[in-house]
Amino acid sequence: MELQLQMELVDGTAKILLGGKLDATNAPAFQEELKKLIGQDVTKIVFFSENLEYIASAGLRVMIFAKQRIGINAQVYLVGAQKPVLDVIKMSGLDTFMTIQETYNP
Amino acid sequence: MIHRLDSHATHQYEGFKLRAGKPVPFGATLVPGGVNFSVYSRYADSCELVLFRKHEPEPFAAIPFFYEFCIGNVFAMVVFDLEYENIEYGYRMSGPWEPETGHRFDSSKILLDPYAKAIGGRDVWGKEPDWSDIFPHRSRVFFDDFDWENDTQLQIPFDDLVIYEMHVRNFTAHHSSSAKYPGTFSAVREKIPYLKSLGINCVELLPVHEFDEFENSRLSPVTGERLMNLWGYSNVGFFAPKAGYAATGKYGMQVDELKTTIKALHAAGIEVILDVVFNHTAEGNEQGPYISYRGIDNKSYYMLTPEGYYYNFSGCGNTLNCNNPIVRSMILDCLRYWVSDYHIDGFRFDLASILGRDQDGAPMNRPPLLETLAFDPILGKCKLIAEAWDAGGLYQVGSFPSWDRWAEWNGKYRDDMRRFLKGDAGIVPAVMHRLQGSPDLYQWQNRKTTASVNFITCHDGFTMMDLVSYNDKHNEANGENNADGSNDNSSWNCGAEGPAEEGEITDLRIRQVKNALTMLLVSSGTPMLLSGDEMGNSQSGNNNAYCQDNEISWLDWDLLKTHEEIFRYTKQMIAFRMKHAVLRKSTYVHHVHRDADVSWHGVKAWKPDASRESRSIAFMYSRRDKADEPDIYVALNMHWDCHGFELPAASAHAFWHVFANTSIRPPFDITDIGREIILENQQEFLVGPRSAAVLISKQV
Repeated sequence: MELQLQMELVDGTAKILLGGKLDATNAPAFQEELKKLIGQDVTKIVFFSENLEYIASAGLRVMIFAKQRIGINAQVYLVGAQKPVLDVIKMSGLDTFMTIQETYNP
Repeated sequence: MIHRLDSHATHQYEGFKLRAGKPVPFGATLVPGGVNFSVYSRYADSCELVLFRKHEPEPFAAIPFFYEFCIGNVFAMVVFDLEYENIEYGYRMSGPWEPETGHRFDSSKILLDPYAKAIGGRDVWGKEPDWSDIFPHRSRVFFDDFDWENDTQLQIPFDDLVIYEMHVRNFTAHHSSSAKYPGTFSAVREKIPYLKSLGINCVELLPVHEFDEFENSRLSPVTGERLMNLWGYSNVGFFAPKAGYAATGKYGMQVDELKTTIKALHAAGIEVILDVVFNHTAEGNEQGPYISYRGIDNKSYYMLTPEGYYYNFSGCGNTLNCNNPIVRSMILDCLRYWVSDYHIDGFRFDLASILGRDQDGAPMNRPPLLETLAFDPILGKCKLIAEAWDAGGLYQVGSFPSWDRWAEWNGKYRDDMRRFLKGDAGIVPAVMHRLQGSPDLYQWQNRKTTASVNFITCHDGFTMMDLVSYNDKHNEANGENNADGSNDNSSWNCGAEGPAEEGEITDLRIRQVKNALTMLLVSSGTPMLLSGDEMGNSQSGNNNAYCQDNEISWLDWDLLKTHEEIFRYTKQMIAFRMKHAVLRKSTYVHHVHRDADVSWHGVKAWKPDASRESRSIAFMYSRRDKADEPDIYVALNMHWDCHGFELPAASAHAFWHVFANTSIRPPFDITDIGREIILENQQEFLVGPRSAAVLISKQV
């Protein structure tokens, strides 16, 4: 399954719609997309993940990259993630830098 | 940026794009566009890289290392365009089969990379493996990046350390732990607030390198339960964390999970020491399986008899050839990796005396490996702790080569304090040494008290509660006719073997546990507690529960309620040690510094009784340089009668106050720091039978 990705930046909020699978095969392309946000005064990064079915370590790394490189002070949200995705993130402990929500509530 | 000249393929093999690789770093490393595979073997003639899709029974490719891909004894190649997250790899090596000269090459075996940073095959703890798997332990390629933020080694001085020896799985596998992911690294992270509340500042983890819990797995003839290799003192791979200890093992993210756990422990001010097992591997003797080393370079990796059989100084079938330069380099690479990539604060070396034997097994004067580790710059701030003996009869407590860097598990501390605790005669002179950081063992070498890691219990042997509840070991459930485990426990059951009805016996046991904790936490040297002892954990008399992956070993957190008084006592004693620097001084008090002094006492002040029939001793610390620090007086009466101890005078204008007295029921057995209770009689203190008391001097 391919990664589905849409991204828009509105008033400093980067809204990123994810679907499908996010793993090592498509993580580099995802990262390239996110790089476009560098230097754009992003204050919030929101990953809408209702349709994301699977995330591998490479995908998680891109989210951490987003936090580090797009805006170290930006708030990162993971919204609507399904259980398999949430499990990986919580078990690995890589959730500490993001706010996890069922529906987006800034 | 221009593209590198070496980032494209120069060779093709069955559709794979290849080029000569870099020999270092060893192992599999991500490089632009591909993966660099590097493995060495001194005696192999040729080598093939074997690739599997994750979990697939058969490989999908076998790629030979071309002649021009070899440098020295290293095979190195880049394979481009690999879906590295979804593959597993191994090697097939060709070379001589001549057991009598040490060679056991078998080109039909697929071998684990000795430098594998992640290993698949036992991804979920206890999940029955496919026994027909032709490659049960599979090397994986892994991202080694991690967001450490500002984390670094904590560098807590050895003087200030309180070590908590813990088994990752046993700590939270029991349902009473309420952990979200029981038995995992993740659950250790959940329990950090508990560790903080106890007050320890260092966890020493039983082996967390990849091992096979199914090694020697069998059904117990007594209980019918499946026996496992629970402790993990049998390495499959030295560079990879135990996947089955990670909640994310099934997703292949054990590396991230362990790193996150270490980062969180550090953030809470807790160091992480790893118990490392470099004395042998899981390959066993001639009858054992081919996992890695045997098929890659048997003659280099193992100590062999002149006939080509395996020396067995480890008691586990084989002995790693630690002072062979090749193996020495691997061990150094491994420890450097754990320090630089995992921010590990120190290592405890299992059966470390083996690391000081030469290639024929003879003990060396200045073992190159131990010296290398002592002076290595990357390990420069690491704590190095030796279990200073081996199964081949070498016992080096007090004489382990140290270069002022190595500390030792002080086995003599354990033995002497246990005998004192149970009321043996003739032990007081030794106890005086042990309480002072064993100057008899270390001072003559100008080492510090912190060369001595003091412990009364550790994973190996009785728990503290069992030490006072059993005269004999009860290892029947291990299925070895109770022949395994030490017979020499210096334990005493307080009047009945095993569980007893509440009353005098159980009261005495709790008191004895508190006595032991008192001794441990007022002794000079570095104290180490066994996880669970702070809540009176029992293994039902099993003193070698290495194979009991069940309630015998799992920590029952309900004990925190049952034995709330033991927990509170432990916590307060740790706090007391942390509060009073004199208890943590790493210099020997008498001869090195005059600013702190220890004086010895008995039922008569200034007159310690070290005679054969004496079973009590008291001592006082006074810091002459710091008038604002109190004197501390400790009376240890391990005699079955109570005794009045004449008190030495406290410093001017100060009065003796009671901090702890194990003969009194809670809550008056121990106070909060600063709330010590003034003594009415400042001349004499009555210490109950088999009891300990700690007093401090304070102005009123």
